[in-house]
Amino acid sequence: MNTSLSSRRRRSLVLPVSIAGAAFLFIAFFYLFGGWTLSAPADFIICNGDEPQSLDPAIVTGQLEGRICLALFEGLTTRNAKGDIIPGMAESWIISPDGLTYTFTIRPEAKWSNGEKLTAYDFLNSWERTLNPTTASDYSYQLYYLVNGEAYGTGKLKDFSKVGVKAPDEHTLVVTLTHPTAYFLELTSFQTLCPVHLASVKKYGSNWIKPGKMISNGPYVLKEWRLNDYILVEANPNYWRPVPIHRIKILPTNNPTACFNLFYSKKTDLIIDKTSIPPSLVPDLRDKPYFHANPFGATSFIRFNVKRKPFDDVRVRKALALALDKKDIVEKITRAGEPVANNLVPPGSVGYTPPQGLSYNPDEARRLLAEAGYPGGKGFPDVKLLYAGRGSGPQVATEMQALWRRELGITSIELRGQEWKVYLNTQQLIDFDLCISAWVGDYNDPQTFLDMFITDGGNNLTGWGNRQYDEMLKTSESIPDPARRMNILHDMEKILVEDEVPIAPVYFYVGMSLYYPEKLGGFEPNFVDDHRWGEFYIPGKKP
Amino acid sequence: MNAIIIRRLIQAIPVLFIVVSLTFLLVRSAPGSPFSTEKKIPPEIIAELEKQYDLNGTILHQYRQYMGKVAHGDLGPSIRYLNRSVNEIIMQTLPVSMVLGSLAYVLALFFGITLGGLAAIRHNQLGDRFIMLLALLGISVPSFVLAPIMVMLFAIKLHLLPVAGWGSPDQIILPAICLSIPFTAAIARLTRGSLLEVLKLDFIRTARAKGLSENTVLFRHALKVAILPIIGYSGPAAAGILTGSIVIETLFGIPGIGPFFVNSALNRDPFMTSGVVLVFSSFLILFNLLADILYFVVDRRVKME
Amino acid sequence: MKPLHQFYLVVKRDTFLVACALFLLLVASLAIVGIHYTGYSYNEISDASLLEPSHAHWFGTDVNGRDLLTRTLFGARISLLVAAVGTLVSLTIGVTYGMISGYVGGRVDNIMMRVVEIIYSLPTLVLVIVMVTSLEDHVAGLLKNVGLPGNYSRMVLLFLFLGLTQWLTMARIIRGQVLVLKQQPFVQASLALGQSHARILWQHLLPNLSGIIIVYLTLTIPSIMLDESFLSFLGVGVQAPLASWGTLVSDAVFSINPIKLYWWMLIFPGGLMTLTLLALNFLGDGLRDALDPRVRK
Repeated sequence: MNTSLSSRRRRSLVLPVSIAGAAFLFIAFFYLFGGWTLSAPADFIICNGDEPQSLDPAIVTGQLEGRICLALFEGLTTRNAKGDIIPGMAESWIISPDGLTYTFTIRPEAKWSNGEKLTAYDFLNSWERTLNPTTASDYSYQLYYLVNGEAYGTGKLKDFSKVGVKAPDEHTLVVTLTHPTAYFLELTSFQTLCPVHLASVKKYGSNWIKPGKMISNGPYVLKEWRLNDYILVEANPNYWRPVPIHRIKILPTNNPTACFNLFYSKKTDLIIDKTSIPPSLVPDLRDKPYFHANPFGATSFIRFNVKRKPFDDVRVRKALALALDKKDIVEKITRAGEPVANNLVPPGSVGYTPPQGLSYNPDEARRLLAEAGYPGGKGFPDVKLLYAGRGSGPQVATEMQALWRRELGITSIELRGQEWKVYLNTQQLIDFDLCISAWVGDYNDPQTFLDMFITDGGNNLTGWGNRQYDEMLKTSESIPDPARRMNILHDMEKILVEDEVPIAPVYFYVGMSLYYPEKLGGFEPNFVDDHRWGEFYIPGKKP
Repeated sequence: MNAIIIRRLIQAIPVLFIVVSLTFLLVRSAPGSPFSTEKKIPPEIIAELEKQYDLNGTILHQYRQYMGKVAHGDLGPSIRYLNRSVNEIIMQTLPVSMVLGSLAYVLALFFGITLGGLAAIRHNQLGDRFIMLLALLGISVPSFVLAPIMVMLFAIKLHLLPVAGWGSPDQIILPAICLSIPFTAAIARLTRGSLLEVLKLDFIRTARAKGLSENTVLFRHALKVAILPIIGYSGPAAAGILTGSIVIETLFGIPGIGPFFVNSALNRDPFMTSGVVLVFSSFLILFNLLADILYFVVDRRVKME
Repeated sequence: MKPLHQFYLVVKRDTFLVACALFLLLVASLAIVGIHYTGYSYNEISDASLLEPSHAHWFGTDVNGRDLLTRTLFGARISLLVAAVGTLVSLTIGVTYGMISGYVGGRVDNIMMRVVEIIYSLPTLVLVIVMVTSLEDHVAGLLKNVGLPGNYSRMVLLFLFLGLTQWLTMARIIRGQVLVLKQQPFVQASLALGQSHARILWQHLLPNLSGIIIVYLTLTIPSIMLDESFLSFLGVGVQAPLASWGTLVSDAVFSINPIKLYWWMLIFPGGLMTLTLLALNFLGDGLRDALDPRVRK
């Protein structure tokens, strides 16, 4: 009796004790291994898209990495909230009359985040590192504008002193270009041309970009970085001007729905990347006070493989371009208010008038197709439309396929969706008939769109080539007069989108971001979709 | 038993070898390269990158280089996440998944056995039918549908739990529940079925005849035997939870290892893919072994009694 | 004949199982025949984008303005086809493998079961993803050669590999049964009479296994359908403009959001898929309770 009672009492304790024990063990486990960090709360939280590939400014190519890099590093020039070029590490510069030589004066108060002085030599050596083939920087061609930059970058030249950049003293950097480049000061604000702290690169090897090791020169310094979890940056006390927001947390959430839910439940203050906004929600978000859209320099277009039948016939290419009801695509599928594109260069380049291009004209399209030997789409060969199977890719492709069937009677176009990496590879090999492509301008100038299509250019990828086009590009590069140069570029684009049509533009992208205007200032829509975090401030809290 | 454990562990080595080799060779021979980007990279740079990552030369050569590193415990560099090694990424993300997975596992066991037990007691009554219908629903609704609905309900409409993210204890609850539901359902079904069978056996009749309370019969006697198939199921359940975490961790933005299973294969990152596959297989082998040991121990005790 | 008869006997006893079987029959016939009477084609776009269910479109329309009823039925067609063929693949492999392993026994059995164990520890779905994406173009070429459209290549690969991932359980169970059946007097008698092994396997063992095969058939179909939807969600499902329930449901996941509910995009394909899975599972459970000797014992 007694024993059974005590045993029952003992047993009654077993459950709570074991639950408490398990809970304790679990919490301990979570603390130790689960990444439950107790870092200081951030003043501002940004959803920045996916996890960055790297934070090495010389290496990264993506926009999302670039944004963080440009918060941590700063080039000779930088941008203000409007996107205009303003002095950065260089307080001033002189451009020679022929437009070939730039002499920058580094600001005397320029410092690294550890307090060390930042000099012209840092730029010189960092650019050497970027160009050096062993660094394997995808974007090293941003320095090919320098005299001998390409030769050094491809390993043909071993002597860096022959490259067009010199530092006569620690405050002066002299850069010599191969031809006048109107947008060179935009390039110097880009992450690829930012300086890196070479002593720590040497000391830590590839680990130099980790928190506690990275020394930077931008408005922010890297504090914490947990893969796929968060990145924490803090205002750099040694930056040459005050930084309004002290601590920013970056969430690398790659799932748009999760991002939007975080924003909707006020767990994040800014969604800066348009890929983090669920595309299907855009039309319903457009009238919300926190939705902000701005046109920016990127175009969606179709590449024709002109080496394959039937696209070796310009009439067929034109017919397909003319039959494309682009308004239908932007209003039904993409729905972010994208402008329809009849030409390649997005609106917004100063002093540039784009050609008319081919707008929707199904009658003319049918006539041309019949003339090419496929009346009513009869006898049209089996071709495949290549697209990347992510985002709204499949829906856009489906729509195009259906539009060509409706307008031209072509039933033999098959869809070929591929995963991103495979898609890129197929496109690179020009192993397609038709391909839905996009191009994001590197800088605000028509050239970044038009120089892709020189004969056998690395990004041409249509098999198309035109002697006259190549010649015109060369001429334009040697002309210092901007107006005349723009005229030539206009004529080039006319060949591209009206006469020869190796590509059919579809629409211009818009940049999108979500934030409450009363909670963020210093974020203005700009054509380059470049928003420097050092410009951000919280209204009412501005120091 | 010791001999069996040692034999199984030794067997694991060639298995893991085959798994890693297969994955590496498959990823390397698949179309698409880890270095493909939107903008054309000069061939010199590609060549340099391939050299730096030991991905130059024939596939067999690359494979030999890689296996040499693996033999020394180095799973190679990640290509998608520059400046990070696969080891480092696994060290950082695996614990997160383990915490989430083990909580989901505990939840599945607890609720699965409880619900299954309840259903068995009320065999063929309304309660049983209801629980079994729920369990079937739990198995039939894909997790990528279930999770957003749960988020809408508990996080956005009721404001009870955070919508996503990681770093505080309340953020683990919703994903763990979503992850556990299919397995709770499966365990409930198993428990019910196995309990119903055990309750028909002689020793239960004896226990009841002795005048023991129904609860004592159920929990002290029947469940001990009925638990065996659940132990047998724990290996596959662990595999399922790991696979399920691919979706759950993506949907909730959790920094675990799950998303790497698919992303690394889609990024054509041979080192990362082989690395996570190695981890996955090791876990499965270990779990199956543990399940077998547990089965053995419990089974022996049951038989002795 | 015998298995179907067994099936019939079991189902007949339980009105609920009759309802399940009839429901499945209805879904299948709608998918095969009914789809031609919806008045729309599965890939015909229109300006009626994202319409709520109405008299013209019973299930509403999707982003491209396609009729969702037609697409749901078309999805049923593809999903059922993938599941059925995948199950057939897994069945063939599993039954053959299990029968050989159990019948031959000894060393061979040991090795064959070890192989099953090894495959159990493979991350099969991850391998399926890699396989499907790397073989897609080759298969498209092969299909073209035999005169089929190339965009069915994903589907063919899904048949094959989902089937390949699902045969293990079947093989194990069949082997266990064969081990038991082998000792039965009628098998021993046939052996003594000098009948060939193939004949014994085919004529004596297979009919005795048919019950269990049917049970696991009804349970494999739902798991292949779920795997297929999982792969679709990860972007490795059938090619657009084809659709399966998996692709339709994963396309509709966005509709669960706090801003605007496009409920019809999820509820109709998802509901039909869930109901079908439920019916298959109920049927499988019912049959197992009645037929599986292990449960029956």
